[in-house]
Amino acid sequence: MKNNYKMVKNAVGRMVPDHVNGKSAVPYLGVGKFGPTGRKAAPLIATCADYPSDGNKVVADLKTALIKAGIKDGMTISTHHHFRNGDLVANKVFQAAAEIGVKDLMWFPSASFPCHSPLIELLDSGVIHHIEGSMNGPLGDYCSAGKMRGLGVLRSHGGRYQAVQDGEVHIDIAVIAAPTADAFGNANGVNGPSACGLLGFALADSQYADRVIVVTDNLIDFPCIPWQIQGNYVDFVVVMDKIGDPAKIISGTTEITKSPDRLLIAELTAEFVKQTCILKNGFSFQGGAGGTSLSFAIFLEEMMKEMGIKARFVRGGSTQYLVEMLESGLTDYILDGQTFDLEGVRSMRENPRHVNTSPFTSYNYHGKGNFASMVDVVVLGATEVDVNFNANVVTHSDGRLLHGIGGWQNCLFSKCTILPIPSFRDRIPVIVDEVTTLCGPGELIDVIVTERGIAINPLRQDLIKAVAGSSIPIRRIEDIQNEVEEICGGKPDKPRFEDEVVAVIKWVDGTIIDSVKKVKSD
Amino acid sequence: MNLTAQAGRRGDTVRSDCWVQIERTDSGGLRVDLHSKVDSLYGRSIRTLVTEELAYFGIENATVVIDDAGALPFVLMARVEAACKRLDNLIMKEYLPELRDCCNSRTERERFRRSRLYLPGNEPKFMVNAGIHKPDGIILDLEDSVSPLEKDAAAFLVRNALRQIDFGGAERMVRINQLPRGLDDLKFIVPHNVHVILIPKCESGDQVKKVASEARRIKAENGMTQDIYFMPILESAKGILNAYSIATSDEDIVALTIGLEDYTADIGVQRTAEGKESIWARSMVVTAARAAGLQPIDTVFSDVSDMAGLRNSVLEAKSLGFDGKGCIHPRQIRVIHEAFAPNEDEITKAKQIVLAFEKAEAEGLGVVSLGSKMIDPPVVKRALRTVNLAVALNLLPENWREGVASNEK
Repeated sequence: MKNNYKMVKNAVGRMVPDHVNGKSAVPYLGVGKFGPTGRKAAPLIATCADYPSDGNKVVADLKTALIKAGIKDGMTISTHHHFRNGDLVANKVFQAAAEIGVKDLMWFPSASFPCHSPLIELLDSGVIHHIEGSMNGPLGDYCSAGKMRGLGVLRSHGGRYQAVQDGEVHIDIAVIAAPTADAFGNANGVNGPSACGLLGFALADSQYADRVIVVTDNLIDFPCIPWQIQGNYVDFVVVMDKIGDPAKIISGTTEITKSPDRLLIAELTAEFVKQTCILKNGFSFQGGAGGTSLSFAIFLEEMMKEMGIKARFVRGGSTQYLVEMLESGLTDYILDGQTFDLEGVRSMRENPRHVNTSPFTSYNYHGKGNFASMVDVVVLGATEVDVNFNANVVTHSDGRLLHGIGGWQNCLFSKCTILPIPSFRDRIPVIVDEVTTLCGPGELIDVIVTERGIAINPLRQDLIKAVAGSSIPIRRIEDIQNEVEEICGGKPDKPRFEDEVVAVIKWVDGTIIDSVKKVKSD
Repeated sequence: MNLTAQAGRRGDTVRSDCWVQIERTDSGGLRVDLHSKVDSLYGRSIRTLVTEELAYFGIENATVVIDDAGALPFVLMARVEAACKRLDNLIMKEYLPELRDCCNSRTERERFRRSRLYLPGNEPKFMVNAGIHKPDGIILDLEDSVSPLEKDAAAFLVRNALRQIDFGGAERMVRINQLPRGLDDLKFIVPHNVHVILIPKCESGDQVKKVASEARRIKAENGMTQDIYFMPILESAKGILNAYSIATSDEDIVALTIGLEDYTADIGVQRTAEGKESIWARSMVVTAARAAGLQPIDTVFSDVSDMAGLRNSVLEAKSLGFDGKGCIHPRQIRVIHEAFAPNEDEITKAKQIVLAFEKAEAEGLGVVSLGSKMIDPPVVKRALRTVNLAVALNLLPENWREGVASNEK
């Protein structure tokens, strides 16, 4: 099945397979060029006659729930990453599946983390056939080495919602880890000993999966308020000792950077935003995890205080720093997709102005608009950018998969997209002739901020004019590239790949924007 | 002559550096065993460089192991050179990277030396981006930050850094080792366009003279004409008492500075935040430097996390008469520059004095006066310095005279 495809060239000149895991696929056509037709997918019609009228859907354990949900070979099972690297449920789901004796499952996580590396054993033994979701760390290496039987499919958070809604991916069984739930299946992420914030990534799964299992370590009496997940979608409730370690949602990415170079980049970014007059009363921005992005928010906060202005809303990943801005009145709202630390969790629980959102509201491209395009400025990371401003966020410069897409592609639609990135990492130039994997088209990427200067996309003449004559160090992207190549000892060689495709990168509309090939081993 | 030799560092925390081991073999040519995180990007280039460098040093049969954590070429070259010379201490020639255009700048006697950023001489990862933080000076340190066993390797690294790294507009400084070892350091830095040589633990003018004459000898040997300046660091009771004779011991001394860790230890007291114990010594340095027409530069502020403390310390240094301060982290630079910047009152007054001076000059008057007050020449000089600083810091436009003139009309 893996090799049953032809390679075709898409609108950005990348060769991509025309079939993915047995289904035909559309090559990327350009931003906004693919027009979907037809109706959305729909789950099975259920009847109350099949569910206990006292509302008690609790079953003995995960294994029982999976059996009652009708688990069988080849099914698609989904889990979510609200606990990030502290998730304890996904591994248990597939261990239970292994005990039941099913095989060839497709795992459809909203993201994977290094804590999921035990699943490599189950990929090897055949319980899991392949993964459609982000592949980090050991799972990324596994996939890059061509060891997975199916193709990996990487989607943005919005693309995951779109794929489920459009029927591209049919979830047979969704397992939702919920920090608090009642026996009916109402659930939320803000309460309980394992509170992790919100459960937005599981929204599509609750709405569209055939069977939905809620797993909790804090079962409370009906009603569970607020119900971020509605019990009316839920088939079974399972109680477990511990579903996750909320301390690990931090995952090392929510500390302010101490690196002087990165602080300089963050400061330049904030200066740029100020100089271009994006920073004005009622503006909005999206912060995120990652040291540079957090520092950017802190520099911005100082400027806002100095200028006496406030934001209408800030998009999370929330952290203590965004919470501080909310509580000191520097923003009216946090519209939060994901809490990155425990202060974020607390604030969401206590503050009605700290609002939980979902990939449906924020990112789904096949909807009647979404929030991402309404944000004034967003700062994002990247592993590589090319001279045409195309960017890579999933593979290392040596070609190995190392990150998921997350909300990255979806955020590119903001009014001003800035990538604050170092111009090289150790000896690895970040600005290249052509990105190893193209995840975001250059037409949507407006500004690259490096420690060696700022490059503005020539498509954004308005921004170029706005900073003309200022002290902002504007340079051509090629000039920064040349300087860095001189430092690093010339143009780098390209990583070497086999012909075999191991994963594809979906664009936000479900078309394929690039493919990832097996890394050649010497 | 050894059979094996190593140089450089490896391990999980090492970045932008590499570890090199050379093991002689009887035959079979060179074998390069490379483990590098940038193998797919620069593996070929690393192997070529290593092979060429060993051939240059005449090592024909050897197994070379390289553990590379993203070392830039100038680092790799320095580490291989260190390993080769530890293998065979009779090797005298040097393997020099190209002297890049950006490393060819000159300096001036009178320039701002508000901030000087210390970089450990054997730690490559801080070097390459130091210039983007725009300190007035960057010090590649061969002395206290380098362990005794790595002095040889640090000299190669600092030499290569002087030839390859773009330090932006920063003055290129090196702190040599305490004499006599420091005299040996000179051959690694003088031919490679060092601007200022810092002489640590200086106690007599004689020491400066030794450094200066050796530096001049190397300059002549290399046919160099550019200026190389000296900054003695006074770090002992004796050094402080000899401050003026040190300050006047050579015409190429541009600044005098003080090292308080060693000084307080030498006089047998604890160094305090308040600094009462060193106030006399610091004033001595200021006085001696001013008397000799040099810039007095204050000691290093070493608590990287305490920005408020740094600001106070710089303001205090400024009030004592210092023109500059040492630092060890790029984030300290701006705080130092801001604190040394003249305030509005100072600028206004300085402008008035400068204008009065120029007017007096134009009218051929020997005496400068402002209102009913006579202005002495040193005050004019200070005002000029303040105005120049304000212009350099964008606190005053370069054409400020026009603005003042039109306001007066």
